[in-house]
Amino acid sequence: MLSFYKFIAIREKIMKATFFMCAFFSLFSLLLIMLYLFMNGIPFISKIGFSNFVFGTLWAPLSDVASYGIFNMIIATLYVTALSTLFGGTLGVFTAIALYKFIPKKFVRIISQLINLLAGIPSVIYGLFGMRFVVPFVRDYISNNGVGYGIFSTSLVLGIMILPTIVSISLDSLNSVSSKFYEGALALGATKEIAVFKIMVPAAKSGIFASIILGTGRALGETMAVIMIIGGSPQFPSSIFESVRTLTSNIAMGANELSGDALSALIASGVILFAFSLMLNISFSLIESKKKEN
Amino acid sequence: MLSSQKRIKTHYSSLKVFSLISVIISLIALVGIIAFVIINGINNVTYDFLFGKYDNTPSIYPALIGTLNLILISLVVAAPIGIFSAVFLTEYTNLNSIFMKIIRVSIETLAGIPSIVYGLFGYLIFVVSFNWGYSLLGGGLTLAIMILPVIVRSTEESLLSVPNELREGSYALGASKVRTIFKVVIPCASSGIITSLILAIGRVLSESAVLILTIGMVVNKVPETFLSAGTSLALDIYYFGSYGYPNEAAATAFVLLILVLLINLLAYAVGKFLKKGGNYSENNY
Amino acid sequence: MKTIINNLLENSIIEVRNYNLYYGNSRALKDVNILINEHEITALIGPSGCGKSSFLRCLNRMNDLINGCKNNGKIIIGNVDIYEKNVDVNMLRKEVGIVFQKPNPFPISIYENVAFAPRTFGVKNKSELNKIVIDSLKKASIYDEVKDRLFSSALSLSGGQQQRLCIARALAANPKILLMDEPTSALDPISTAKIEELILALKKEITIVIVTHNMQQATRIADKTAVFFLGELIEFDTTEKIFTYPSNVKTENYITGKFG
Repeated sequence: MLSFYKFIAIREKIMKATFFMCAFFSLFSLLLIMLYLFMNGIPFISKIGFSNFVFGTLWAPLSDVASYGIFNMIIATLYVTALSTLFGGTLGVFTAIALYKFIPKKFVRIISQLINLLAGIPSVIYGLFGMRFVVPFVRDYISNNGVGYGIFSTSLVLGIMILPTIVSISLDSLNSVSSKFYEGALALGATKEIAVFKIMVPAAKSGIFASIILGTGRALGETMAVIMIIGGSPQFPSSIFESVRTLTSNIAMGANELSGDALSALIASGVILFAFSLMLNISFSLIESKKKEN
Repeated sequence: MLSSQKRIKTHYSSLKVFSLISVIISLIALVGIIAFVIINGINNVTYDFLFGKYDNTPSIYPALIGTLNLILISLVVAAPIGIFSAVFLTEYTNLNSIFMKIIRVSIETLAGIPSIVYGLFGYLIFVVSFNWGYSLLGGGLTLAIMILPVIVRSTEESLLSVPNELREGSYALGASKVRTIFKVVIPCASSGIITSLILAIGRVLSESAVLILTIGMVVNKVPETFLSAGTSLALDIYYFGSYGYPNEAAATAFVLLILVLLINLLAYAVGKFLKKGGNYSENNY
Repeated sequence: MKTIINNLLENSIIEVRNYNLYYGNSRALKDVNILINEHEITALIGPSGCGKSSFLRCLNRMNDLINGCKNNGKIIIGNVDIYEKNVDVNMLRKEVGIVFQKPNPFPISIYENVAFAPRTFGVKNKSELNKIVIDSLKKASIYDEVKDRLFSSALSLSGGQQQRLCIARALAANPKILLMDEPTSALDPISTAKIEELILALKKEITIVIVTHNMQQATRIADKTAVFFLGELIEFDTTEKIFTYPSNVKTENYITGKFG
């Protein structure tokens, strides 16, 4: 009998250690990822100089005098991220507002589910759609120089991609605002629209803002859809209707063929991407935790 | 009504109209994408395309095999580690909570890393460092780390939703902590855990940025071992789209969309039918 | 590693000496001293928050599960101090079972609920398990009602049935002492009567300590009654004496309903 209990006690210890190791694995992987990225990327940045890297406008890793300036990619990334957040954010927030109060209740659930379907579509399919439909469309009807690729088309598609995230979080945020405010506004003679836009939306603004930050993060990190729509030329984006590259598409296009310094340059830009994403995620967490406190 | 009042009312009414238009645009976008895939894809999905050999005409059979392998590898690694991590975080909470916070932050950070950065990591460690070259194993292991946060978060939620009275009841009967976890808590949370695994499969299906740097996009050969290079459905869409096979791209997209839809339906069904509901406080006499 | 089994076969009593219980900084039990006899039903009564449930849960160290719970003093069961280092707490809980106020059956079959404890302690033989399950269900006065659906879900039972199932489940561990924390307060009068009946029948084999806020219940089934007030044991005597000639004026006030 006694050995039975000894066995149980040992088993308890072993399993607890196993659970612990599994939990530790996340920390371990994160450290490993950071190790590989930073140990390759940071020395490279110091080697060729931070301003040469970040502000250099010539990306020519394969030429005789190799040049590793990613400024063009940074600008393109900023443009795409900003524009897609503008498209997706506006569309998303207003869609959420409509679902909140302006769509009959019986349709709200099914429309929300449908919009969530958009979130489930793999990004390559967005890329394919962008490449085969949006690019020709923009080229023929919107572009001022006969080019369909570029920042504009990409932002359109990414805007739709981040839409469901923004809609669902903003809608949750709006629904969590106490209805007392709404009733109070109406009681003072305000119309439904005034109550919603002047009182309820501002009350939900931290949640809405958080959703936009999350959407921005997604747009920033997107690769496959971008690579199929944006064109791929490493030139400086002087128009939103010309072929360019973002940091993400630059990494995807190059990693398979480049090595040595060129690969380190890509790793370094990966580090920059990582840092930006981290900042956005931290902002999102901070806003969420502030909301919880209130 | 004063004219200024009228102006204000019109202003907000037009905002309302704009919001309704936004919903319509969102729905049009959804319908547009799905319609695009169906219209362009459905006619090209033939038996040969799905299961034939990739000779003169493209076939997605290598991609189907590759995708299956990737799902297998990533789940086999991520599921036990993820579930056990969640168990540690929920059932052993009165330990040094600083460590808990660090683990949680790690998981959140892992969830926020862009997929191309994962791809870079996978390339550096598996393709270069371990010298495997492009391999399904490298891709699968990288994917495993990617889907880990998803599994941990959902499993944690499911475990936390198990009523504490059940744990108490088990301890009261003389069961040890480990027995309570495996015989009471996990079975009670099983529908949530299985759902999270199914959704993780959906994630693996949709991924491509990671794979393009780790498995190599070999579209015309069926992979022989885990260490072979290969391709996946999502990657094939990229390949066909970018290298001049628009019909095949659309057809693959069609297949992938159907699979994603099936996965989501499966998750929904599991959630509904496997739930071991407990009416612990609403007993009838 | 000490076990309590052998000791309980000889002296199946509970002895509590100068026991104090703290939740964080607040004291829930103050200097409790009590001796509980074998094969008797002892009721713990007192107004809400007086500590009777906390005290009950100390007897099989269920309070160990609560963060920040501290204690000093001795609880001796079967000549073994249950807080001694060598004591295996899982073994203690096998010998000292507990039934909670709200029934908490596992979301599995009726059979598996009752078989849980014997399985924990190594019983694998099918026929042995069957015997234990059926015996326990009979002792809990529920066998006839469920014998045709032993493998249906425990959650399909009514509240009163679920509680009797929980009693059967606790009995399947073959405890020497059964703790019951207001077991009938969430049930209808008919279920309550059934359970009181089975408690009386169990007295022959098991020692029972029952917390109740229903004083009539105490008079119906308890041999001895302990009265708690604000964390202190203020009176402990035969039930008859407590309810007819209480010595402590607070006891009298509680019983006559002046507070509670």
